[in-house]
Amino acid sequence: MLSQANLTAILLTLKLAVIVTLLLLLVGTPIAWWLANTRSRLKEPIEALVALPIVLPPSVLGFYLLVAMGPNGPIGKLTQSLGLGTLPFTFSGLVVASVCYSLPFVVQPIQNAFAAIEGQLLESAATLRAGPWDRFFTVAVPLAFPGFLTGGILGFAHTVGEFGVVLMIGGNIPRETRVASVQIYDYVEALEYADAHWLAGTMLGFSFIVLLTLYLFNRGKKSPL
Amino acid sequence: MKKLISLGGAIAIAIMTATIGHAETVNVAVATNFTAPMRAIAEVFEQATGHRLKLAFGSSGKLFAQIQNGAPFQVFLSADGVKPEKLERAALTVPGSRFTYALGTLVLWSATPGFVDDKGEILTQGDFKHLALANPKLAPYGASAIETMAALGVKNQLNPKLVLGENVSQTYQFVATGNAELGFVALSQVIKDGRIAEGSAWIVPAELHSPIRQDAVLLASGKDNAAAQALVDYLKSGKAAAVIRNYGYGLPH
Repeated sequence: MLSQANLTAILLTLKLAVIVTLLLLLVGTPIAWWLANTRSRLKEPIEALVALPIVLPPSVLGFYLLVAMGPNGPIGKLTQSLGLGTLPFTFSGLVVASVCYSLPFVVQPIQNAFAAIEGQLLESAATLRAGPWDRFFTVAVPLAFPGFLTGGILGFAHTVGEFGVVLMIGGNIPRETRVASVQIYDYVEALEYADAHWLAGTMLGFSFIVLLTLYLFNRGKKSPL
Repeated sequence: MKKLISLGGAIAIAIMTATIGHAETVNVAVATNFTAPMRAIAEVFEQATGHRLKLAFGSSGKLFAQIQNGAPFQVFLSADGVKPEKLERAALTVPGSRFTYALGTLVLWSATPGFVDDKGEILTQGDFKHLALANPKLAPYGASAIETMAALGVKNQLNPKLVLGENVSQTYQFVATGNAELGFVALSQVIKDGRIAEGSAWIVPAELHSPIRQDAVLLASGKDNAAAQALVDYLKSGKAAAVIRNYGYGLPH
C-alpha cells in the first residue's frame, strides 16, 4: 500500500505541477505568440534560450539556479530586496525552478499551433472589424487549442517527473520540497526497495495514462508534438 | 603461410606480455566522498604496480544497487559499513575481505569567515536560517550530525532549520553557495594542505557521535584478479594511510 509519506509526496507533487502548469500557460502563451509571429532578429536567440532546458542536464540547470537564487546571486539579491528572503529550500523556489525547467515543453507546442494558423483567417477577422484582442481570443486561441492541450499536459507531466533540479535546490524538506521523484531516490538509496516500487509503480502508471490520453486525443489530428 | 601467421601471433603475444607484464585492470566502485584521495592513491598505485584502475564514483546506495545487479566491479569502497556487510551476507564478496579503509571526520562549516566558532557554540545560539546536513537516512555523515545535535541537546530546536542534501557533496554545495549559512560536511571536503581552506569551521569531537566507518570489500568477481588483491593490500599500507590522513580522514587503530 502507499504509505502516508508517499501520499504526502504525491500530493505535494500534484500541487506543484498544477501551479506550474497554470503559470506556464500564462507566461508561455505570449512568448509562443510572439515567437510565432515576429520577424525580429531576436527570435532565434529567444527560441534557443527557451529550448535550453531540453538539452541541459538538470544538474547544470539546478546548480545555476542554486547559485542565482542564493544570497549572492542576482535572483537572490532581488528577492531579498523585496523582503522575500531567498528561494532555495522553499516551495516557491521549486515553482520558479520548475517554470524554467518546463517552459519549452509548453511554449513549443503552442508556438507550432499558432504558426499553423493560416494568416488569411486572422486577416478576414480583421476586415470584419475584430480588434487584435478579439482576434486573438476568438480566432487564434480556439484554433490553437490542441497546442495548448499538448503544452499543458507536457508541462504538467514534466514537472511531475522532474528530479535533478528539485534535488539541487529543494533541500528535501517533507511537505515543502520532498516531491515524489526525490522520495523514490531516497528509498532506492536507503535500500528500501519495497517502498520504492510502490511509488515508482504509481508514477509509471500515471505517466503512461497521461501520455495515452494525449495520443488518443490527437488521434487523426496533425499532432503538434 | 600458416607458419608465418603463427610466427606473427607469437611475436604479437611476446610484445604484449613484454609491455604489459602481469598487469591487470580493476574496476573500482568508490563512494563520492572519497573521490580526491582515491585519485591520488590510484596514481601512485598504478605507477608502483603497473596495474590499471578504472574508478567509478557514485553514492554508495547507487553503487550497491549496481553491484547487486551484476555490475562489473571487483572492489567496492563504501561510505559506510552497512552496505559492504549486506553484500557479504548476500555472498557477493570474497569472505573475510571486508575492512575499514578510512574513518570520516565530521565538521561544522560555513563559507563565511568567523561565522562558526571553534567550539560549535553557534549551534546553541541558533542565529541562522538554514543548517545543511546530508540526509541522515542515506549518509553516515548526516546520521552523525543528528547524533551530534542530540548530544548537544539542540536537536529539537534546530529541526525546523534543517535542509538535507542527498549526500555530503550536495550539502557542501548548499553551504558553499551561501544558501545555507552553515552545515555539517566532511572534513575532507574543506581541508587543503592540512588546514581549513576557506570560511570557518568546528571539527566535531569524535566522542559526540559514533565513528563514521568507511568499509571496503573485495567483490566475488575480483576473487582471481591479482590487481584487485593488490589494491586491497595497498589500501591497508602505510603509503595509502599517509594519503588518506592528508585528506582529513582518520584510520582505525
